[in-house]
Amino acid sequence: MNEQTRRFLVVGAVGLVVLFALVWSALGQMDGFWVSGAGLGTWFAAFLTLSILSFLYDDNPFYRFAESLFIGVSAGYWMVQGIWQQLIPNMLGRLAPAFVNEHLAQVPLEVDPVDRSMALVQLVLGCLLLWRLAPKGTWIARWPLAVIVGWAAGTNLTRYLVSDFTKQVSPALIPLVEPSQTAFLGIDWIGTLTALVTVFGLLAALIYFFFSVEHKGFLGQVSRGGIWILMITFGAAFGYTVMGRIALLVGRMEFLFVDWLQLIGP
Amino acid sequence: MAQEKRPKMSDRLQAIDRRWIFLFIMLAVVIPLAFDLTIDEVATPEVQAIYDRIENLPPGSNVLLPFDYGPESEPELQPMADSYVRHLGRRKQKLFFMCLWPTGQAQTLKTVSQVLEQEFTDYSYGRDYVMLGFRPGGQGVIQVVVTDFRTLYQSDVEGTPIDDIPMMQNVKGLKDMDLILNISGGFPGLKEWIQFGGDRTGVPVAGGVTAVQAPLLYPYYPGQLSGIMGGLKAAAEYESLLIQGYSEAYGTDTERFAAIRRMGPQTLAHLVIILFLVVGNVAWFASRGSSRERLKSLEK
Repeated sequence: MNEQTRRFLVVGAVGLVVLFALVWSALGQMDGFWVSGAGLGTWFAAFLTLSILSFLYDDNPFYRFAESLFIGVSAGYWMVQGIWQQLIPNMLGRLAPAFVNEHLAQVPLEVDPVDRSMALVQLVLGCLLLWRLAPKGTWIARWPLAVIVGWAAGTNLTRYLVSDFTKQVSPALIPLVEPSQTAFLGIDWIGTLTALVTVFGLLAALIYFFFSVEHKGFLGQVSRGGIWILMITFGAAFGYTVMGRIALLVGRMEFLFVDWLQLIGP
Repeated sequence: MAQEKRPKMSDRLQAIDRRWIFLFIMLAVVIPLAFDLTIDEVATPEVQAIYDRIENLPPGSNVLLPFDYGPESEPELQPMADSYVRHLGRRKQKLFFMCLWPTGQAQTLKTVSQVLEQEFTDYSYGRDYVMLGFRPGGQGVIQVVVTDFRTLYQSDVEGTPIDDIPMMQNVKGLKDMDLILNISGGFPGLKEWIQFGGDRTGVPVAGGVTAVQAPLLYPYYPGQLSGIMGGLKAAAEYESLLIQGYSEAYGTDTERFAAIRRMGPQTLAHLVIILFLVVGNVAWFASRGSSRERLKSLEK
């Protein structure tokens, strides 16, 4: 353990003790709170929050502990949910309904023979997938992987083609002038401007990615316009990302100051 | 001994320790929280569209609520989930909760216990709402439930066989739903519900997403997506619509609306970021000018 790590540990531990003493003795708002199950959970959540936020100062053992714990708990939670919500009711429940009903979970006792056969296929493919962990014959795991990849490619191809291509083309083919009965010259100027920006922005962005012709002259100018459209899009996406991250920070600060320290009223 | 020349203000500003920026951001978040700073929200058309869609549904319509998110995006998405359930509860709709994320079940329980059971005591499990729970498989689950829920959901989250639940009697697949109202923290989420659910069945899809996802989903609105809510700002807009629309229920009690409460800190934090951006750019341009002058003096 080097000097910096030792300093972090000491400062962090002292900081936690000081915070604890401050809240418990000086404020006197948490009588009977911290000793309850929920209270201990809140304290532990606060400790983990501060541990993660401590990375903003520098990397340290508290941060690494919280990060490892988060990854471990997440993996465990996903696995347990998968077993109880899918493997037991939908696979074991179809292969051995009587056993599952008696020992594990409530499932229908009558199972369609086709469903039972499919559950058997799933069991076999699942076991083959785990063959990857065996010392020999790891190539066997490629067969169920091939099924997964083939299924995903087949289903995604059609859905992406329909939803992200054909259904996106028609909304792009819009009239450039929006009529209006009440507006000046019978034109909805805002709607028209929106339509012009949409159509010419789309064309300019597409031309930027058209590399078969050199981007010179008129095409070069339009292509530069395409870069501007892309930059504005990236800027909007970045702005949204900042908003999202700040919202998460607000959530954590609310937890620390409202739920944990109770310094701010809900 | 020659006195060392003090660095220029612009150079000092450029070399500022990033931890000072973090401290300012934290203060910008905590101070408005302490003083309960809120901002009036005006609903954008895409948020208004969701509100109007729910308003126009006849009472007793089937609404599917896939909660595809977890605690990591709760500050943004939980206010949306709570608002949807509040609105649907006021309109007496039938609610079908499910999730493609394992953490979605815990979020569903949170909304059910904090909103549905507290504010809508006349809602009864199995008759007015059901929790189908999580099934792994992402878009594969949507593919299956398009034709039949029972293939994957033989029982609900409490283990009750699906055929013993009264409100599931007349529901076979996704086509029996009147609206899909998704809340999405990533993949699988709203995009998959559009591609594999709404576009295949014609059932209207709307929903709320994290701010990070929102720009990628706007192209689907209004054709394939009836309405979209992106991030905390949209959640606050929806809450303000609820307060306006149901003022007799929420007019004086606005504490339950978390998004409106969080928009004060959000706004101030954005202002601080903008300020730092401006200062950083001014300092950069100023130092660029001074470095040119230094270069010229050296050349002489």
